[in-house]
Amino acid sequence: MPNLASPWLEKQRHLIDFTLASLGRRKTKNLGLLVAYALLVFVLASLALFTNALRTEATFVLAGSPEVILQRMVAGRHDLIPPGYLDKIGRIRGVQKKEGRLWGYYYDPVVNANYTFMARPAEEVASGTIMVGATLARARGLAAGNVISFRSYSGKLFAFKVASVLSPDSELLSADLVLVSEADFRAFFEYPAGHYTDIALSVANPLEVRNIAAKLAEALPDSRPILREEVLRTYQSVFDWREGIVLTVLSGAILAFVILAWEKASGLSAEEKREIGILKAIGWETGDVIRMKLWEGLLISLTAFLLGFVGAYIHVFHFGAPIFEPVLKGWAVLYPRFTLVPAVDGLQIATLFFFTVFPYTAAVLVPIWRAAITDPDAVMR
Amino acid sequence: MLRLPRRPSTLAFLLLASLGTACILIFAFSGQSTAAQQQKLLATQALVAKLGLTDLALFTESRYTRHPTQADLHSALQDHPGAFDHFPTGSLLPPPALLTESHAESRLAVAGKTASPD
Repeated sequence: MPNLASPWLEKQRHLIDFTLASLGRRKTKNLGLLVAYALLVFVLASLALFTNALRTEATFVLAGSPEVILQRMVAGRHDLIPPGYLDKIGRIRGVQKKEGRLWGYYYDPVVNANYTFMARPAEEVASGTIMVGATLARARGLAAGNVISFRSYSGKLFAFKVASVLSPDSELLSADLVLVSEADFRAFFEYPAGHYTDIALSVANPLEVRNIAAKLAEALPDSRPILREEVLRTYQSVFDWREGIVLTVLSGAILAFVILAWEKASGLSAEEKREIGILKAIGWETGDVIRMKLWEGLLISLTAFLLGFVGAYIHVFHFGAPIFEPVLKGWAVLYPRFTLVPAVDGLQIATLFFFTVFPYTAAVLVPIWRAAITDPDAVMR
Repeated sequence: MLRLPRRPSTLAFLLLASLGTACILIFAFSGQSTAAQQQKLLATQALVAKLGLTDLALFTESRYTRHPTQADLHSALQDHPGAFDHFPTGSLLPPPALLTESHAESRLAVAGKTASPD
């Protein structure tokens, strides 16, 4: 019904025009508030988008990791799998494949970084050659065909030819990987023959995984089965925790903003009080004054939220969240370069919207209502 | 020539509408990865399955941060008294001076102990 809607709309437009003109009179103060507000939303939304995208990507790619990893514990610590241990597992129903894995860590004093060495079958990685992660290759300036030598823990020098560099697309998981042949791995680390680091088990039916883990724990009391669902759960909590740490660090800034916004929204300046008095004196109704201020609160908070959110999206998914890199990097020398696949959790953003836009808009209303119901003459004095 | 609208409300609506549209587009396309992104994810998942990887290489500084899912239970302080841990307390402690020294100096300083950090 355009005839009824138009006057109402026109009235709201006039109120908004008036509000914007009024905001323009205190340009610096209001612009400062808008920038601080948008920055706060930007940081909080960046954090929410970044952790959610990492969590989503980790869940997707780690869905391919082994269903069960079996470690052997000695005196409460991870120990090597001795010869014959694999046979002790025997034939547990539901286990498709079981294989001993060989992997370990190597500290490279040249760049002060830790690498993850992993043994692969000879048909994948020929003896005397290695395949390296893209981050490691960048740190050491390696390319396919180069030769690199590592001093083993026993002091011997081993030279390897780089067969290839792993795809940079998988850098998030393979940044520090060095794939070597099994013979080279055993020689480099002087690994005892027949021993393995741990055992990977493939299980055909996902519903059977817990039963198989229980059977393993029963058959091998000194073992510790790690299920894939536990791996995924660990990553959920790792990102929750890191998100929590950043939020804790930011809590001071959040509190400062709350005080600033509350002060701005709930306390009326003498100039604003006089303005309300004049408006009432020239015939504005209390409802109109409240509506005008409601528009003011909505315009500021909505613009700040949208600016902050769109800025956060660009920061995280187009620039790779450089603000959070130092937080995630910690003391690590090797840090992968990665671009995350955009993933937005609607509920998380809705929560952010609710806790940023609504409180400010509501805080604007209370003092205005109090000023608007008082006598214009008293307000103007 | 493009003429700017005179009324401030029109400008405000235009600004909010364009930002709002950007937000709607973000939500509409956030769940749909492009073919290239999908291919990248599937290739990474295949690499994970082939090599049996269990962890992200985000925190490579120590073994229990590199492979948090495979680390010993309660790894804190298990190696030496200055070893930082992955519990919240660990993030509040500064790194031991030993770790911030250059490698050559630290080798001298820890004579008789481990020459490499965890």
